[in-house]
Amino acid sequence: MTTLLTVIVVVLAVVALVQIVRIFEIANVLNKKDEEPKDGVGQPSYKENDIFGKVMLFLGVALVVFSIWSAFKWGAYILPQSASEHGVETDRLLWITMAVIGLVYLITQPLLFWFAYKFRGTKGKKASYMEHNNKLELLWTGVPTIVLAIIITYGIITWGNIMNPEFDEEPIVVELYAKQFGWTARLAGEDNVLGNANVRFIGGTNSLGIDENDFNGLDDIVVNELHLPVGKPVLFKMRSQDVIHSAYIPHFRLQMNCVPGEVTQFAFTPRKTTEEMRRDPKVIRQINQINNIRENIGEDPYDFDYVLLCNKICGAAHYNMQLKIVVETEEEYKQWLKEQTTFAESL
Amino acid sequence: MAAETHSHDHHEETFITKYIFSQDHKMIGKQFLITGMIMGIIGVMMSILFRLQLAWPDKSFPILDTFLGKWSDNGVMDPNIYLALVTIHGTIMVFFVLTAGLSGTFSNLLIPLQIGARDMASGFINMLSYWFFFASSLIMVLSLFVPDGPAAAGWTIYPPLSALPQAMPGSGMGMTLWLISMTLFIASSLLGALNYIVTVLNLRTKGMSMTRLPLTIWAFFVTAILGVLSFPVLFSASLLLLFDRSFGTSFYLSDIMVGGEVLGYTGGSPILFEHLFWFLGHPEVYIILLPALGITSEVIATNSRKPIFGYRAMVGSILMIAFLSFIVWGHHMFVTGMNPFLGTVFTFTTLLIAIPSAVKAFNYLTTLWKGNLQLTPAMLFSIGLVSTFITGGLTGIILGDSALDINVHDTYFVVAHFHIVMGLSAIFGLFAGVYHWFPKMFGRMLSRPLGYVHFVMTFIAAYGVFYPMHFLGLAGLPRRYYTNTSLPMFDNLADINVIISVFAIIGGLAQLVFIFNFFYSAFRGPRAPQNPWRSNTLEWTTPVEHIHGNWPGEIPEVHRWAYDYSKPGADEDYVPQIVPISEKEEATGH
Repeated sequence: MTTLLTVIVVVLAVVALVQIVRIFEIANVLNKKDEEPKDGVGQPSYKENDIFGKVMLFLGVALVVFSIWSAFKWGAYILPQSASEHGVETDRLLWITMAVIGLVYLITQPLLFWFAYKFRGTKGKKASYMEHNNKLELLWTGVPTIVLAIIITYGIITWGNIMNPEFDEEPIVVELYAKQFGWTARLAGEDNVLGNANVRFIGGTNSLGIDENDFNGLDDIVVNELHLPVGKPVLFKMRSQDVIHSAYIPHFRLQMNCVPGEVTQFAFTPRKTTEEMRRDPKVIRQINQINNIRENIGEDPYDFDYVLLCNKICGAAHYNMQLKIVVETEEEYKQWLKEQTTFAESL
Repeated sequence: MAAETHSHDHHEETFITKYIFSQDHKMIGKQFLITGMIMGIIGVMMSILFRLQLAWPDKSFPILDTFLGKWSDNGVMDPNIYLALVTIHGTIMVFFVLTAGLSGTFSNLLIPLQIGARDMASGFINMLSYWFFFASSLIMVLSLFVPDGPAAAGWTIYPPLSALPQAMPGSGMGMTLWLISMTLFIASSLLGALNYIVTVLNLRTKGMSMTRLPLTIWAFFVTAILGVLSFPVLFSASLLLLFDRSFGTSFYLSDIMVGGEVLGYTGGSPILFEHLFWFLGHPEVYIILLPALGITSEVIATNSRKPIFGYRAMVGSILMIAFLSFIVWGHHMFVTGMNPFLGTVFTFTTLLIAIPSAVKAFNYLTTLWKGNLQLTPAMLFSIGLVSTFITGGLTGIILGDSALDINVHDTYFVVAHFHIVMGLSAIFGLFAGVYHWFPKMFGRMLSRPLGYVHFVMTFIAAYGVFYPMHFLGLAGLPRRYYTNTSLPMFDNLADINVIISVFAIIGGLAQLVFIFNFFYSAFRGPRAPQNPWRSNTLEWTTPVEHIHGNWPGEIPEVHRWAYDYSKPGADEDYVPQIVPISEKEEATGH
């Protein structure tokens, strides 16, 4: 029945289109007496130019209004301020860049659509013959160059600080281990050195392939929920068991691919505990919004947690690779650490 | 000269030599266009299927059972086929529609016509180029029907995911067919590109110096050079991947355990593949974009009734963009774990592209300024292109900045960016080209009212689909997620996803207007005059009815550049390139 209806609707739509075109054709034939089509027949009439000049103006206004409206409406969904030290700097760079491109956007788009309207073809008008103007070319080569030079410099410095950070104390070493489809974390233990590992050592309870003969690995702690102390530098080392995954923690502005056969890394310092984030006004607003929606669809309420996601296509359950991360005070962290079993104990 | 003598021996053309194994560039252009359109319909339909899933993940759609068969369970699609759909959608749109469909169509149609040549340098190689493309398209479509489904590792097919059938079903037979199809595609692309380069360099008519070439030809010419230099690298990347898949080599693979089994690969690196892939992949963006910009330059100048502003700056910026496109590929790899110093270098080179891009955007604006705009559908699509080129180009400044890319990499922010700057701009350029040169292709006019309806619907839908995606990305939502319902932190994004999907459906329906207009007008449209837009370029001096060899008598001589619109002293507001410079005219340096 649905199929039949669909077919009928499509057929009717095609018939309607044919009729519309026929009307225009007949109108054309009535307007024109001679047989041979004339050059320039494709050019719109002054009336059409007038209508579509106004349509373009309308589209331009609509685009700008939509852009501004959406910034207010959907800006609320944007991630709250970064919960990592370097992320604060990233956010600042982001919003400075955003301000620059937003300004350019709000100048050029209205100009474009305004020109389309303002200079629409009218009777007896002749376009002005302008081939080039070196001063103008210089202006719009020079100004972007200067602005970009500033953005590039700022960007490169920020990137350097993130990739080669200087910490006052030695960072806590943690491995993020990815496989289809889940995450495991491994803390380096008391010696803060991860034991060697390779997929060839995987077997029994040794799911990460830690080398049993490597002394450094014996005190490693393998966990399915990662706890970290606030304000202490952390060095993540990423490994993958099978395909490329990507360790992505949006609230820390942290992302690094996990590449099989290689170890990649990313260092950062969490600056807010999970509890502090839950008290952040923007987070509270977002959580309330989410919980209103969840209530309507009959789901349990949700509270904020840091979560590690996979952000590189890795197979069927790519969308559901999560690891909960809890940032807490140093005392709480130490307490939690005591309750965990080391690799040696698990053997 | 060879082409000239060739045109004079009139042999009977059969249906097969005229329409199927044609060596005439105009017919080959049409073949590329129609094949590209069919692939485009498949690609767009796929996007609508996965948009249904993304907006309403828990609803049942019987239509999914119809299209996906065993891959859909009671109207809910399987996660594997979701990944396959996004993969094939990307592959088809990037290569089959926006590379072959755009460059293949218009380079073939316009290069000989606009430079004043009888045909391409080698009609036979040109024919081969199309048939390799046809075979490639056929295999890609056939790969949709293999038992384990088509390739599903994303259009970038990163190994090990694409190398190991154990990692996902699509990496079996589907991936093999994908690689075969792409190999044929690369062959097609190289045959075409070599022909374009040789033709532009050698077969220009008398007086058609390089600085008198229309910007379309400059764009096609530089695009062809980009293709020749970058596609072979994708070929080698695919070849090594084929070795890893079939012969047990370890170019890209090392220390892998999958499906509970340790594999013997050792010492390879997937990062190598990424470097090779993006060495093609980034120039590919400009292989798609430059022809669209070339078409837009021509359409905007003609319909503004003004010279294109800053011709030399426009050519310079094409060359600059092309050069830079080869040294920026690493910006796709900031977070792969490559040496951070490379991140610094690639940030620098990438952001430099904004300079020639800004020059182009401002020159388009200035060309419109004080014009006498003829707002044809082609012109509206060209203005639309300038709009999307600006919007998408600006967000590139964020993604090209390594420090900022860390957080938005592989999120919907990227999806928004490249769809707007590359997808929309190129598709708008493609539409502008079709509306503008349809009379040249089919000798008939497209319906203007339907063209206007098509533009307005497409423009609104385009921004409606891709603009909101920026916010999804800034909220941290990763791309290529089958659903985000398992992550409560993204629950509030559901309304944006619904809006996007509704606009996607509207945008898809809008294309029906175009397809109808295209086929109806090709057969029943009003007959076209020789020069429907009062344009200066040479193709409008050829007869409306196609003849082999393009011009019935001598090839006309060119006396001026292509942009003498509204020239002071001229009677009309256009002076075709074949008109000699009169004494009362000022010399303009072209």
